[in-house]
Amino acid sequence: MARVKFLCDADRCIECNACVTACKNEHEVPWGINRRRVVTINDGKPGERSVSMACMHCTDAPCAAVCPVSCFYTTADGVVLHSKDLCIGCGYCFYACPFGAPQYPKVGNFGSRGKMDKCTYCAGGPEADSTPAEYAKYGANRLAEGKLPICAEMCSTKSLLAGDGAIIAQIYKERVMKRGYGSGMWGWTTAYSDSPTG
Amino acid sequence: MPSSLSNLRALGAAIILLFAFAYPAAAQLSFRPTAEAVQEDQLLNALQRGDKITGRITIPDTRASSLIQPAGRDWRDFQRSRLPIIGGVAIIGMVALLAIFLMVRGRIRVDHGFSGAKILRFAGFERFIHWLTASCFIVLALSGLNISFGRILILPLFGPEVFATMSVYAKFAHNYLAFPFMLGLVIMFLIWIKDNIPGKLDLEWIKQGGGILSAGKHPPAKRFNAGQKGIFWIVIIGGALMSVSGWFLIFPYLAATVTVLQFWTVIHAVIAMLFIAAMLAHIYIGSIGMEGAFDAMGTGEVDLNWAKEHHSLWVEEEQAKAHGPSDSTPRAVPAE
Repeated sequence: MARVKFLCDADRCIECNACVTACKNEHEVPWGINRRRVVTINDGKPGERSVSMACMHCTDAPCAAVCPVSCFYTTADGVVLHSKDLCIGCGYCFYACPFGAPQYPKVGNFGSRGKMDKCTYCAGGPEADSTPAEYAKYGANRLAEGKLPICAEMCSTKSLLAGDGAIIAQIYKERVMKRGYGSGMWGWTTAYSDSPTG
Repeated sequence: MPSSLSNLRALGAAIILLFAFAYPAAAQLSFRPTAEAVQEDQLLNALQRGDKITGRITIPDTRASSLIQPAGRDWRDFQRSRLPIIGGVAIIGMVALLAIFLMVRGRIRVDHGFSGAKILRFAGFERFIHWLTASCFIVLALSGLNISFGRILILPLFGPEVFATMSVYAKFAHNYLAFPFMLGLVIMFLIWIKDNIPGKLDLEWIKQGGGILSAGKHPPAKRFNAGQKGIFWIVIIGGALMSVSGWFLIFPYLAATVTVLQFWTVIHAVIAMLFIAAMLAHIYIGSIGMEGAFDAMGTGEVDLNWAKEHHSLWVEEEQAKAHGPSDSTPRAVPAE
């Protein structure tokens, strides 16, 4: 099986935020939560770059390591998913995540955290594939339909790549070779350096 | 049309001239937006420990402006590797110490036996506040330990569903009981502070090891001896640190960044482990460790011989108060 990853080629990102919008629409993400976001570094200065970021589905994922109730699991494709039935909304995954992926709907009188929500790589959750129950909790399961995540599929400049980590890394390296520059594979060192094989 | 042709030629020359002059100027002002773009590895290398790469976002959630915070992985390593060691050494170490102490020293007896006469040590309100705080502490400690170690110790016993349900109720208990606990802390501080100011007597008490190491030796003490004062200050300072750190964690939307929250979770966890270890010693000496000690917080009245042995100066004060010429009440009044 492939080990799937995201790769944002920041030299191509035009900060159109279509990935953010498509994600929200595809999964009917709760109000106030953005599973994907575009961050602009050095905004307004020469050489600014925008990076589309979501859960990076890390190797030895920090969220999974610290979860007190062990609600995370990694699929055979390397996608890090979690069970909202088990989640107790403690916030530990938010403290541990290097990419700010876990978010919580505000519930209760004190504005305490509800069940955590994050990018699923369009792969749903522990429920049976493409069921209404799965959709209600985690959104669409495009992987089960043989499709890639919507954010990368509809990226107009093909800046955001999703798929087999080895293949998208190769595509990126070829681009850098051809055009002669590249601002880096954003997040990869932090997400995948815990294992030499990624 | 020679004139228009020459006009065109003149225009062409002018354009060439323009480029010839303008080009060096443009070259001086220019930057190469592609080659000089921000590089991820440069930003990562420039990061201070605990810092993060941030930028501008167009969505309202300001926390989303953090792009990469590698410190999350350090926090993971703390939770996974260091906290179990700190907690294990503190708590299991304390239980082992107390077990060894019980085996070597045995239960500390009242040397002169029970006299049968009682003296009021803690009034009803004091006992109520003590047990309010104590019962909250026990639930907070157990639910907190469940967050830190339940996954290793309890989850395999009951399975994920039962454990998650249990843990969510434990989280609610932890969040809500924090408030009566903090109230108890404040009131305990106010009612007992005047008897817990360290003094010269405490040095002597510490020098003699509190007299608990061998029978028949009792350094003089007022209402609280140095050991009890130590427990008081551990509870007040530890409790204050737990309250401040907990306040940040229970209200995560109070403008706290992830770096701030990471810091307070570490403080909360480490202080909690030490706090629990200290309270185990307190519980031990107040129950099985010392004969007659539990009555102070049980019925509130302790045996006179116990009081004379452990709080000789306090008993003298109380009796002087009770039999004083100006005092009309014949019985001992609690020291507030």
